[in-house]
Amino acid sequence: MIPAPFDYHAPKTLSEAIELLGRYGEEAKVLSGGQSLLPLMKLRLGSPGHVVDIGRIPDLEYIREEGGYLKIGGRTREAALETSDLIRSKYPILADTAAVIADPIVRNLATVGGNLAHGDPANDHPATMLALGAEVVATGPKGARTIPIGKFFTGLFSTALAPDEILTEIRIPVPPARSGGAYRKLERKVGDFATAAAAAQVTLGASGAIERAGIGLTAAGPVPIEATEAERYLLGKKGDAATVAEAARLAAASAAPTADRRGSVEYKRQMARVLTARALKKAIARAEGEA
Amino acid sequence: MAKHGIRVTVNGTAHEAEVESRLLLVHLLRERLRLTGTHIGCDTTHCGACTVLLDGHPVKSCTVLAVQADGRDVTTVEGLEQDGKLHAIQDGFIQEHGLQCGFCTPGMLMTSCALLKSNPSPSEAEIRAAISGNLCRCTGYVNIVKSVQYAAERLR
Repeated sequence: MIPAPFDYHAPKTLSEAIELLGRYGEEAKVLSGGQSLLPLMKLRLGSPGHVVDIGRIPDLEYIREEGGYLKIGGRTREAALETSDLIRSKYPILADTAAVIADPIVRNLATVGGNLAHGDPANDHPATMLALGAEVVATGPKGARTIPIGKFFTGLFSTALAPDEILTEIRIPVPPARSGGAYRKLERKVGDFATAAAAAQVTLGASGAIERAGIGLTAAGPVPIEATEAERYLLGKKGDAATVAEAARLAAASAAPTADRRGSVEYKRQMARVLTARALKKAIARAEGEA
Repeated sequence: MAKHGIRVTVNGTAHEAEVESRLLLVHLLRERLRLTGTHIGCDTTHCGACTVLLDGHPVKSCTVLAVQADGRDVTTVEGLEQDGKLHAIQDGFIQEHGLQCGFCTPGMLMTSCALLKSNPSPSEAEIRAAISGNLCRCTGYVNIVKSVQYAAERLR
């Protein structure tokens, strides 16, 4: 399978890339790792007239803590996230997520920014970023602006990015002490999209009660879902088995999955409940000091 | 649609080519350079038969544009043999019967080769995780894992 013809551009700077996107507007697509875009183009589900490859722009791949945020460069490869010591030790929810995206070979090219900017509700990072309360940095002709992740996904395969903006960075507030997170995914085989998956991030107070909770669901509707009712329910409560079970029930109630080869609506909602409970249990255990 | 002049080093030899934007790396390798050791399997980024090393990292060459490889280094299964001597990973697949039909083998070899470079003593679980993006329809995974273990021992 061969994509329809297109013009390829390999800008060497961010401003050159933005200029190209401005010039070609809706006709242009950004190529980051290409692991979602190229398969779509090969299947002719998309045929952009212009492809702007941001792979030759320096300084878009990094993972560092700075000014109270974990900052991830938009073009950072999933493989880098998966093997980063900082991520493994302090942000295990992100290591969990990277490790179940596609397969190890795809992760050598696939990027974190691409996973978000593609706007696919079945991708894995959106749920994680919702749970973490992340922001994305969109850089366009007028400079950079930050978009809270809750406002980023506007519809199926649609985001708040303007046609001439590039997702250049993801910012995650550095979690306070006694925080933990986890991502749990059910997939038919390595490389498949999630049948259901859940991300949970919690912070415990001095008494052991939950002070902050973030829960995101993958493949649970036309956009990635933040389970806000379940989050609110958890506040001020100890994370015991009954509390986790009730939060998981509330999260599953907010899921609106569609039936496909991976299962019926009822099955997927049940799996959303089970996976939320597992992610939450692990998140609480990690907040209490477990690896 | 403009053509692009690219320069790609494949198995240590620099090649120059005029390519259309949409030419896939696997087609550059197989059809222009006649390196047909790299196979096309599913053509949908699942099976890993087309795996090659791009700057040392395994990638699925059906999901990389040839223009993206401009200025970069590609290693294919043909590049494993050195001076008429098979690479330890190739020897491992022979000794441990790591192939039946052989279709997935070039991809399996490239992925395993990269694994052993970054992790010279992988556990069985680590080997299985590393090759989880390479599918063997003969389901000969037991012997593939043994083949990688054989090579690991030889290379240590």
